[in-house]
Amino acid sequence: MLFELDGVTLSRGGKVVLDGVGANLPEGASCLAGPSGSGKSTVLRLLNRLADPEAGVVRYQGADVRDRDPLELRCEVGLVPQLPALVEGTVADNIRFAASMRDLKPEVGRLLELAGLDSSYAERDAAKLSVGEQQRAMFARALALEPKVLLLDEPTSALDGAARDTVESALKDMRERLGISTVLVTHDLDQARRMADWVVRLEAGHAVAEGPVAEELPA
Amino acid sequence: MITSIHVTLAQVAATLVLVAIAAAVSYWQKAGLEGDIAVAVARSFIQLSAIGYVIKLIFVVVLLAAMVTFGAFTANSRAKKVPNAFWPLFIALALAATVTVSLVVALGIFDATPRFLVPVGGMVIGNSMTAAAVALNRLGDEVESGARQIEATLALGATSTEAAAPIVRKSLRSGMITLIDSTKTTGVVFFPGTMVGSLLAGASPTDAVRLQLILLWVLLGSVALAGLVAISLAYRNFFTPAHQLREPPEP
Repeated sequence: MLFELDGVTLSRGGKVVLDGVGANLPEGASCLAGPSGSGKSTVLRLLNRLADPEAGVVRYQGADVRDRDPLELRCEVGLVPQLPALVEGTVADNIRFAASMRDLKPEVGRLLELAGLDSSYAERDAAKLSVGEQQRAMFARALALEPKVLLLDEPTSALDGAARDTVESALKDMRERLGISTVLVTHDLDQARRMADWVVRLEAGHAVAEGPVAEELPA
Repeated sequence: MITSIHVTLAQVAATLVLVAIAAAVSYWQKAGLEGDIAVAVARSFIQLSAIGYVIKLIFVVVLLAAMVTFGAFTANSRAKKVPNAFWPLFIALALAATVTVSLVVALGIFDATPRFLVPVGGMVIGNSMTAAAVALNRLGDEVESGARQIEATLALGATSTEAAAPIVRKSLRSGMITLIDSTKTTGVVFFPGTMVGSLLAGASPTDAVRLQLILLWVLLGSVALAGLVAISLAYRNFFTPAHQLREPPEP
């Protein structure tokens, strides 16, 4: 199992966000599906230790994530947040910044192509791209770390239909070519059907179901 | 009523006549106390002189420590969004005051007396307090508004220091920019108080300018030091040891 959550509880501002969540996420294409406020994004942040649970355990490849160096874990388990948050500079600057975390020399053109952008984007000011382009630049930046797992927090929530299709296509292509696992957070069950093989359904801080998408989310 | 006493070294020395009489009596009466009297005189001179300087120094240190504490409390109230900001501010102001006051004394610019150390120390602490408060206030705002950016950088495997670097730079600039601008415009737009005061008190323009330059540059250095130390210590309070934001962005 890639990730296991066992009795995970987490509060925020006095409100319980996750309440004894138990869930499994296998290798491949998984997703966390549920309505807004169900705790999906919080689970994602626990998977690469941007937060730690107050109770319970999160395991990655069988080991408690708290036993791992958080910086190494975050390079191995990359996270792309819901809203683009690129650093100042060009797209290439962002990719090189990420690669520098692991002392890697990135192939900027190839990473852009994997993320569905052509190489002309490399020298463009990251702040002047559309939201959809920025999101794909975020994918390219995350891939610069050569992660084994990519955590994607509602990557298309700010996009229109056409841009969403482009990003989904880029993600599928990226996953197939690199052979990495992905954990997608989405509130859109149709997207879960299109993008994942395994689903964990969350509601009000509880994991209410999990299993193959074909069984849990029949069309 | 005597309101102040000023005693010269000659007056002190003159009283040794009485000691000489005591020694003479001892010698005349063969009491054998002349040596003890000489030792007593020498020791009392050395010990009392030392304690006099200690009293002066302790007075200055206590006063400056009180200023630093009060300054840190005041700046802390301006940096409400920074968790546990008091100690970073206290350390920053104490360091700025110690380094700059020690420097001006070591260079012989001012005597190590309360007359010079207290006002110079007060200027340094006051300006450092303002700069550190502005810098930490900005730091709190930047962390709050930039939480998504910080967390996105942490998610790449960056340390909290790397993730906070852009906002640390912006905050430090905020703290220093006012003093830098007033220093830039000194003599053109802005005539600083020390120079004006010295001129009004009858100092030559050259001396007044030199004194003002020393104070401006000392203040610039102390403000930079205080801002840098306060921010370098305070930004860590936003993060856990596992490089996590203590107050993550709203989902």
